[in-house]
Amino acid sequence: MQLNYRMRLPEAKKYVADKLHVSAFDLSDSTVMRNLREELDIGLIEAVPGMAKGLAAKARIADLLDIRIDAVEKLKAKLP
Amino acid sequence: MSKIWTRMGDGQAVEMTSDELRKDMMEASEDAADKGKVPILEDNEIDKLMEIFSAPWRVIGVEPGHEVPLTKDETACTLVSSQLSSGAHLPISREAAVEVFERVFAFDTMELGWIDYSFKPAKPMVSLDQVSIERLLATTVIPILYGAMPNMGLYYTPDGPYTNPADLLGMMKVEEAREEEMKAAELCMEDMIFVCKRMDEIGADGIDFDTTASAGDADFLATLKTVEELKKTTNLGIEVGMSGEFILGMHGEVEYKGKRLAGMFPQDQLKVVEEAGADIFGPVVNTKTNKSAAWNVARAVTFVKEVCKQATIPIHANVGMGVGGTPMFETPPVDALSRASVAMVEIAKVDGL
Repeated sequence: MQLNYRMRLPEAKKYVADKLHVSAFDLSDSTVMRNLREELDIGLIEAVPGMAKGLAAKARIADLLDIRIDAVEKLKAKLP
Repeated sequence: MSKIWTRMGDGQAVEMTSDELRKDMMEASEDAADKGKVPILEDNEIDKLMEIFSAPWRVIGVEPGHEVPLTKDETACTLVSSQLSSGAHLPISREAAVEVFERVFAFDTMELGWIDYSFKPAKPMVSLDQVSIERLLATTVIPILYGAMPNMGLYYTPDGPYTNPADLLGMMKVEEAREEEMKAAELCMEDMIFVCKRMDEIGADGIDFDTTASAGDADFLATLKTVEELKKTTNLGIEVGMSGEFILGMHGEVEYKGKRLAGMFPQDQLKVVEEAGADIFGPVVNTKTNKSAAWNVARAVTFVKEVCKQATIPIHANVGMGVGGTPMFETPPVDALSRASVAMVEIAKVDGL
C-alpha cells in the first residue's frame, strides 16, 4: 500500500485491516495473523503442503485487498 | 549518581550520567535545528529519548501496535557478497538469499540487485537480473524490488568516459567541470531508465534508488529525472533512499523545477522527491563517530521528525551502519541499533525503516 499507492502508515494499516476484517493492532500480532493467513490461504512462513505459495498466494492477496499486482497480471496474461 | 551504559558513534561502549545524556541530546537537537532550519525536539520528546536510552534492557522494541514495515538495500549481498558489501559470503544464490530474508528473517519487502550494486555495472547483466526477479516474483509473497545505486562517479575517468570534475576543479576549470557532470548525469539517467524499464517488463513491484546523490547535486538530478520518466511510463513503485543528510554542491547550480539542489537538507530533498513522483522517501542523517549514540539519535530524529511532518508520501528512514543515529561500525551493536529504530518510530513517527 505504501510502495504502489503512496499511503502513509496509519492509512495503509487501516486499509489492510478493513479488508481483512481485523483491527490495525492485529496486523502485527503474529498469532492472530498466522491463523488468519491459513484461513484465507494467503501464504505462510512455514512450508505447509497444499497451501498457497508464492504467486498463488499473491493472486489471492490482490483479490482480497482489491489491488493490482503486476506479477499476477503477467501470470494472467500467460494463461490460455 | 548511577551511570547508564551506552555507546559512542563508533560503537565503543561508554558510561554516561543522566545529565550527560540529556545534555548531549539537547545539544544534538540544536545542532540539527541550526543546520537544517528545523524545530528542535520538544521537552517531552527529549524525555522519551531519555526513557529509550535509560532502559536497562540490551535490546528494546516499539510499543505493541506501533510496528512499521521494513525495506532494505542490497539485501542478497548481505548473505552472498563478501566484506565489500558487509556480506557473509554464504555459498547460496541471490534468489535463495532473498527467500531466507522473507521466510527466516521475516522481512516485509525485499530487493534484488546486481552483486556490483550500481546501475552502470548492472546494465550489461540486466537480462540475468530480470530472470532472477521473475523467479522471485513467482516464489515469494512479499513485494520484490530491484535495487541499485545511481553512483554517478562511475561515469568519470578512469571508470567512465568523462573527465573527473574533481581533477578539473583543481585546475580552476569550473565550467568544464560542470559540463562533464551534466554529461555524466545524462548517461547515468539513460542507464537507470534502461535497467528499470526492463524490470517493469517482467512485473517487478518496484525500484529502490539507493545511496542517491553520492556524487552530488547532478547525481540527484539524474535520479529525480529518472523517477519522473518511470512514473510516466511504468507501473513501478519507487523508493528513493539518500546517501547523506546534505546534497553536495559538486556542480553548485543544478536545479530541479526551479529549486537549487545543492545544500538541500532532508526536508527539502523530500519535496523534490515527491514532485518527481516517488512513492517512498528514505532520508539519511549521518553519524558522528566522536559523539555519543544518544547525541546521534537525537540529531537524526530532529531532522527526520520534520521530514515526516511535511511528507505526503511514506518515509522509511535509513537506520543502519553510520546513518540514522546508528554507530559507524561494520556490525552495528544491536543495543544502539534498536534504540535508534525505536526513536525513529516513537518520536519521528516514520512510516517504515
